[in-house]
Amino acid sequence: MGAAHTRGLYRPGSGPVYALPAHVKIVAVVAFVFAVVATPATAFPAFALHAGLILIAVRAARLPAGFVLRRLTVELPFVAFALALPFFAAGERIVVYGLTLSEPGLVAAWNILAKGTLGVAAAVVLAATTRPYALLEGLQRLRVPSIMVQIATFMLRYADLLTDDLRRMRIARESRAFTARHLGHARIVAAGAGSLFIRGYERGERVHLAMLSRGYTGTLPDTGTVPATRRDWLFAAALPLLGALIAAGALLGAA
Amino acid sequence: MTAPSLEVSGLAYRYPDGTQALYGVDLRIERGERVALLGPNGAGKTTLVLHLNGILSGGLGSVTVGGLPVAQENLLEIRRRVGIVFQDPDDQLFLPTVRQDVAFGPANLGLRGAALEARVAAALEAVGMSEVADRPPHHLSFGQRRRVAVATVLAMEPEILVLDEPSSNLDPAGRRELAEVLRSLDVTLLMVTHDLPYAMELCDRSVVLSDGVVAADGPTRELLADTELLARHRLELPYGFHPSADPAP
Repeated sequence: MGAAHTRGLYRPGSGPVYALPAHVKIVAVVAFVFAVVATPATAFPAFALHAGLILIAVRAARLPAGFVLRRLTVELPFVAFALALPFFAAGERIVVYGLTLSEPGLVAAWNILAKGTLGVAAAVVLAATTRPYALLEGLQRLRVPSIMVQIATFMLRYADLLTDDLRRMRIARESRAFTARHLGHARIVAAGAGSLFIRGYERGERVHLAMLSRGYTGTLPDTGTVPATRRDWLFAAALPLLGALIAAGALLGAA
Repeated sequence: MTAPSLEVSGLAYRYPDGTQALYGVDLRIERGERVALLGPNGAGKTTLVLHLNGILSGGLGSVTVGGLPVAQENLLEIRRRVGIVFQDPDDQLFLPTVRQDVAFGPANLGLRGAALEARVAAALEAVGMSEVADRPPHHLSFGQRRRVAVATVLAMEPEILVLDEPSSNLDPAGRRELAEVLRSLDVTLLMVTHDLPYAMELCDRSVVLSDGVVAADGPTRELLADTELLARHRLELPYGFHPSADPAP
């Protein structure tokens, strides 16, 4: 149960980045990602500057480098795709260390790798310094449709209960000497999944009933979110503003 | 003279699928009473409870709470006046922290800021759960969660507190702690249960609901001593329990 404190991508800690209201951080990260994406792929020094910004953000958030690097592995599937591009893309071919590669393919691969890594790194900083529920409150503040925020809130709250249900059902199966050994047993496991769905659905109805009984009218009352000060906005804006400056410089330089 | 906390008269209800659950229920509960609603599974207890705050409606008869009829235009006030504590606290506690969950009801009533905080603090204090305010509900024991569930409706300052099987799944200590909390509350109480000793411990008066009608209504001690009545309505005392041997409250 204690694992729930650190469940997900959040990493308990403190500091100026942790203290920022969630919606401010969300806006800053999304704006920064736009700036990165707007940077022309061949403006290599600009990407070094973007990476420098992310490093500063990681430092400000007091996140260990190893932690961020481990979290970055989530983009590995995209890396594999990017690495394949120089071999298979069409266009002018050049020879690098004895390999014949497509030049546009190389640029495209670099484009995906550099922008992907920067975007994921910014998201890692956001997720590591913001509790999951705070992220949802941030989205609500940013006027994301309330129904979507509520669905995500319930998912977070009830994921544990559903996994517990699943675990109990597995224990009950195994206690009756069942182990999934071949494909024919998939039917039994699927029946378990089906009954889990029904249970989840019925619980949803009961939760809704309990909410109605306490005067729920369709929106969750906002009682807890912290309003952002001008200082918060200025501090968080540093990342996307500098990113935008770098992108603008690169665009002008390329023109 | 003040209006009774709850007055149900001639309440009949048939589910859309044709199952008739209530056949004309009459029940009057005065302010400050603690009443147990007894009955076997399928007697219509839950159906009756869901009528008390207007979740179900559309049948015959009427329900009034503190003099206010349960009707569409009064629904928000009715739901403030009738605090239902459901059987599974995990159905009731759906927000990230205990504090937010207890605040949910009063916030729906429009309370904000210091007034809201005071409500939450008072409700948690009443059930002895102040120290867990900032914890997520799934980190609490089952007994603690049930007490927090009681706090979530107390925070709405209800006219009548309705508990659905309050003692289910509680260990003996949790059961006793909840009984102490319920006895300490200054509120009208309707307790739906088939835990007869618990009814006897907490409620002077009991109502037996069976086949959609009130089959008996009287002092709990007398009803539980009537073995024939209990047997007629599939109610049974636990082995070794004699209502006359129980210490008088």
